Amino acid sequence: MNLLHFINAFFSDSAHWHGYDGIPTRVGEHIEYTLEALALAAAIGLPVGLITGHTGRGGNALSLIATAGRALPTFGLLVLMTLLLGFGLVNVMIPLVILAVPPILVTTYEAMRSVDPSPVDAARGMGMSEAGVLFQVELPAALPLILSGLRSGAIQIVSTATIAAYVSLGGLGRYIVDGLYQRNYEKVVGGATLVAGLALVTLAVFWALTRFAVSAGVRRSG
Amino acid sequence: MNGFFDIPSDLQHSWLGLVGLHLREALLPVLAGLVVSLPLAQLCVRFRWLYPPVLWVTTVLYAIPSLAFFVLLIDYTGQTELTVMIPLTVYSLVVLVPAIVDGVRSVPQETLAAATAMGFGPVRRYLQVQLPIAVPAIIAGLRVATVSSISLVSVGTLIGNQGALGNLLNDANIYNRPELAVNAVLSMAALAILADGLLVGLRLLLTPWMPRRTRTKPKAGRPDPAVLALEDAAR
Repeated sequence: MNLLHFINAFFSDSAHWHGYDGIPTRVGEHIEYTLEALALAAAIGLPVGLITGHTGRGGNALSLIATAGRALPTFGLLVLMTLLLGFGLVNVMIPLVILAVPPILVTTYEAMRSVDPSPVDAARGMGMSEAGVLFQVELPAALPLILSGLRSGAIQIVSTATIAAYVSLGGLGRYIVDGLYQRNYEKVVGGATLVAGLALVTLAVFWALTRFAVSAGVRRSG
Repeated sequence: MNGFFDIPSDLQHSWLGLVGLHLREALLPVLAGLVVSLPLAQLCVRFRWLYPPVLWVTTVLYAIPSLAFFVLLIDYTGQTELTVMIPLTVYSLVVLVPAIVDGVRSVPQETLAAATAMGFGPVRRYLQVQLPIAVPAIIAGLRVATVSSISLVSVGTLIGNQGALGNLLNDANIYNRPELAVNAVLSMAALAILADGLLVGLRLLLTPWMPRRTRTKPKAGRPDPAVLALEDAAR
């Protein structure tokens, strides 16, 4: 009950609801970082994954890149970048993008590889161009899995953007890091609740996106 | 005295000590996760209706950011290693349970029937037939869980220097010694790659009947479910 008490205290304090350090500002910052990093990671991961998946080449190289990307500790990279390059948004974006590219890249590749080859062959046999095959046949069929890759990338960014507060950036991690230093447990718990909530919202958004974007035929067979 | 391996005394460990600590904090949770997920996965295989809710719960738990999870636990377990290890254990479930379930399910029906016909009871059949055949999938899960666990331990530095090698990051910051951060990043990456390699070796050792080096790709239909479940999990 202790925890609930802290959560309640945090959210019922009206001072937490406006101003520079207010909940709306921090949530906005957090979403901004997440969207930027996700867009960058998708801009790298999606085209490469689609093309390698379409041609079926480079699978081994991709899994190597994914392992390397995973082995690099994101938090360590974050601190290192800030120490070496100074304070700034770019230095935070680099580790976040490195974090999110492997899941997007590998899932996209696997999704493209797992598309049933017979409709692809049929499309080609009907004289569809390679780009047509890629975008009108393979992409719709692979979409559920591609979205699940984007989802795990997004979730990872949401949780890791929290740590960006340690290198003096905004976002919801501010509450947790500041609260820990100020021994203000109420603030810490409030921040943690907000991040967890935001992660769950991300799950829900992707669930809705899958319902909306995936064609009914694919959903039924999948 | 500002060399690469000169660790500030406030951490009370040598570099090797930190490595040992890091391995303990990262690997024990994966082991605990394996111990929990083996029976859990078996239940999911036995009772099919159980699998979707289990998957759903682990995914939601996985969505809780590590720092938030640590902080919420401080109230119960204090600023200790345990606070770092409990969330890591929970995170490992999201990889391990699907990996084991898919591995055990992939055992062909004929093989099971043959084992039964040879007089294997359910326990012996599970231990001597199903588990060994599921080893590649389980190891694939362990690889992702281990690597991400090694990386995540470092976040523990934020809750009172419980991050083993990650503590070097904090010290790099407060003492303005970037080489400590370089050391931390490289050491953790090296540990992760080493652990990954050892697990690959373990798989080769445990499955001598598998063809070496060639990764057979599923031709069509469902993709390798383990691979996809795993991608969900690298954090």
